[in-house]
Amino acid sequence: MGHAPFSLPKGRLEEGFEDKRPRYSDGEAVTEANRCIYCVDAPCINACPTSIDIPTFIHKIATGNVKGAARTIFDANLLGQSCARVCPVEVLCVGDCVYNHWGREPIQIGRLQRYATERALELDRDLIKKNKRATKSGKKVACIGSGPASLAAAGYLSLMGHEAVVFEKRAVPGGLNTTGIAPYKMDAQGSVDELNWILELGDIEVRTGVEITASDDGDGQVSAATLLQDFDAVFVGIGLGADSALELPDEAGAGVYGAVELIEQLKLDPQASLQGVTRAVVVGGGNTAIDIAHELAILGVPEVYMAYRRGFERLSAYDHEIEWGRTDGVRVRVNAVPTGYQRNPDGSLKGIVLADAEDGKAKAGTDKLMECQLVAVAIGQARLTGLAKVFAGVELDAKGRIVVDDATCRTGHAQVFAGGDCVNGGKEVVNAVEHGKRAARAMDAMFSK
Amino acid sequence: MADLTIDFCGIKSPNPFWLASAPPANSGKQVQRAFEAGWGGAVWKTLGNPIVNVSSRFGALDYGSTRVMGFNNIELITDRPLEVNLKEMAETKKLYPKHTLVASLMVETKEEWKEIIKKVEDVGSDAIELNFGCPHGMCERGMGSAVGQEPKVLKEITGWVKDFASIPVIVKLTPNVGDIVEPALAGVYGGADSLSLINTIKSIIGVDLDNFVPYPNVGNASSNGGYCGPAVKPIALHFLGQIARHTHINVPISGIGGISNWRDAAEFIALGSTSVQVCTAVMHHGYRIVEDMIEGLSDYLDSQGMSSVMELVGKAVPQYKDWGDLDLNHHTVAEIDEDKCIGCQLCYVACMDGAHQCIHIPGRSKEESFKAGHEYMPDHVPDRPVTAKGGTPGARIPFVHEAECVGCNLCSLVCPVPDCISMVEKRRGPDPETWNDRIRKGTDFVPGGLDATKRAHPKMSG
Repeated sequence: MGHAPFSLPKGRLEEGFEDKRPRYSDGEAVTEANRCIYCVDAPCINACPTSIDIPTFIHKIATGNVKGAARTIFDANLLGQSCARVCPVEVLCVGDCVYNHWGREPIQIGRLQRYATERALELDRDLIKKNKRATKSGKKVACIGSGPASLAAAGYLSLMGHEAVVFEKRAVPGGLNTTGIAPYKMDAQGSVDELNWILELGDIEVRTGVEITASDDGDGQVSAATLLQDFDAVFVGIGLGADSALELPDEAGAGVYGAVELIEQLKLDPQASLQGVTRAVVVGGGNTAIDIAHELAILGVPEVYMAYRRGFERLSAYDHEIEWGRTDGVRVRVNAVPTGYQRNPDGSLKGIVLADAEDGKAKAGTDKLMECQLVAVAIGQARLTGLAKVFAGVELDAKGRIVVDDATCRTGHAQVFAGGDCVNGGKEVVNAVEHGKRAARAMDAMFSK
Repeated sequence: MADLTIDFCGIKSPNPFWLASAPPANSGKQVQRAFEAGWGGAVWKTLGNPIVNVSSRFGALDYGSTRVMGFNNIELITDRPLEVNLKEMAETKKLYPKHTLVASLMVETKEEWKEIIKKVEDVGSDAIELNFGCPHGMCERGMGSAVGQEPKVLKEITGWVKDFASIPVIVKLTPNVGDIVEPALAGVYGGADSLSLINTIKSIIGVDLDNFVPYPNVGNASSNGGYCGPAVKPIALHFLGQIARHTHINVPISGIGGISNWRDAAEFIALGSTSVQVCTAVMHHGYRIVEDMIEGLSDYLDSQGMSSVMELVGKAVPQYKDWGDLDLNHHTVAEIDEDKCIGCQLCYVACMDGAHQCIHIPGRSKEESFKAGHEYMPDHVPDRPVTAKGGTPGARIPFVHEAECVGCNLCSLVCPVPDCISMVEKRRGPDPETWNDRIRKGTDFVPGGLDATKRAHPKMSG
């Protein structure tokens, strides 16, 4: 069931983005690799959610064994290419490198991983496919959603001799890796290229424009019951729902966007434009907030503010992302809480009303209009609780996250596994990949019983 | 995927990677862990009558930020009771019957050789390696390199061993000789089934300048030790090449000396080794390095279209020649890649002070160039600013005066940028001509030398 590679429309804004951390040349990679002291029981491995054997792959780069380096990475993380670029390495592997405590520059693990994976696949695109299990099991798994969790599950299942069908509601596959990554880290093409490479492993089909429903099997729909009947197991990797809104008067209308929605538009819609925007305000203090703020600044919006209702110490965005954004012009306003919007007579956005805040709450009488042409609301995303619940036995916790067994990612339904943002409430790509890998291994064990 | 199994004197080994007789192969637990990690064989730490060791024992040579580029030790053979080693060897062979287990031996008298050979054969050893190489301590007692340096003695003892042994015998050679071929031939004529080399090189690793005691310090004194590690690889490759190309030496060779990764191993195999032995790299990084060695060698063989590692054995031997057989008409000149040069001028200073003054810095007058040390000037030195990414702003790309370049490689060796300086072939003549060709033709005379030599040369004096 091979299919033509997926592609993206041309003329997207992000195509003009400079690669902020370009791939190492061979010489640069070997030099950096030789700085690594090849620790044993290395903290970088423990810091990696997919437990990549980092010192080993770096040692292999140092010896010129770049294909071996890539095998080490892909064994632990099939999406090693995109993780090399989108992982917050500063708080994961690089942040735990022994050099940090020693007062030396930590090893640039993300950049080495990018070099190893990209270079090795240039040398041999079928590198991983060659190790695919020869015997086919005849088992079929449905993966709901086509983000990193589902792709990792489908890819590892394929390598273990099983079949996977990936159902994607949108026209473009790849989930947040395609629609939601700050373009200065990786553009959507990078995500689609990686997805196409995973599809080449074989026995994976992606069906876009298909919605999973509780009971309807209409056009473009497949019901949960049908999935359970037609497939030996189901992996739920549906991510999160729509951006949460501030629920303030005049919010609906031109100029006010959910952050994830706006990032997607800027990445994928060739018609997207920021013309006329001289000031933008991003509401929120998390990593999605700094991502969109940083992106708007790079795209040339003269003034970009992040407005956060609490103090600096409570910002949940990573420090390194805030610092990076600031160097590109992002300004951060803390203890500022939105209390309303103002619109011009023609309905266009005039600005957002911000009040001074104490402990996150607006202080009476401090409302002030901040004129702007664009507001991005980055205060979280809804949970897709309805979709999760279509499978009997699947339970949700109080925060709407699907409850799974940690080691296997199995839900309360023996046939149904889940992973990624819908399980952890919204973490990194690498966390989703780990879930997909665990689920695939658990399904493989189940199938071979 | 290429087949890494080797046939070494009839012994099938899962791969060519063996632990050398040294601390990493000191005990059963160690060797078993090594086999689990992927090593194809192990040469047990040398057995003999137990010895007493000193403390400390090791020293290392660091170079720049590279630790343990060279390594030196004054440790002797095994200090464990023979029976303990034999018991563990038997256990190991039983647990890993397909792995290669070689007993390294060092004793003195014929009776001792007879007894110990029987014992190691009884525990299932696949082969015996004769330690005629240890250059410290044991040689003072007439063993180790003391044997390896005396071809007659070496041949005689090899003969004894061959009489007693029913399994293949490997003679391990010492590099502490003038000509490795002599002991190698002595081993072969003594009946050796195989040769292994090199053992360590006699060395003093350094001197503590605070207390004037060489390293490693043993109670305010030290002794010469055996040198090994990455630094000795070129020396080992030379000795290996010497015996691999010898027409009377046609036994399998086990290569040893600074092998740290798959690439080193591939080079040793290409120059005539069938198996390779590793010690220092394991002492530095552990048994785990074998994963990269297996994978890297396998990928390399695939890339060369070779289906078995045995196809690689000796591939480079025919290309190792005497200087007199090299083509004098082969000529190369340095070429600097304008898109890569960062303008550091390291090639310039190396050429000026260490080679033939053919690299010029642009923007100088003729007078300035002569003052800087050039003797010959090109007609024109193009002034090219550095434009490479990462280049030094304002710097100039040095210029190679081709007519003066002798093609020595020095600039390309010191250049810090990979692939920036390449050596481009510009032949001096279409047909090859060697110095030995000139000797045969009687044209082996270069003018400008001594009168006495000129008078003595048949063509010139006639």
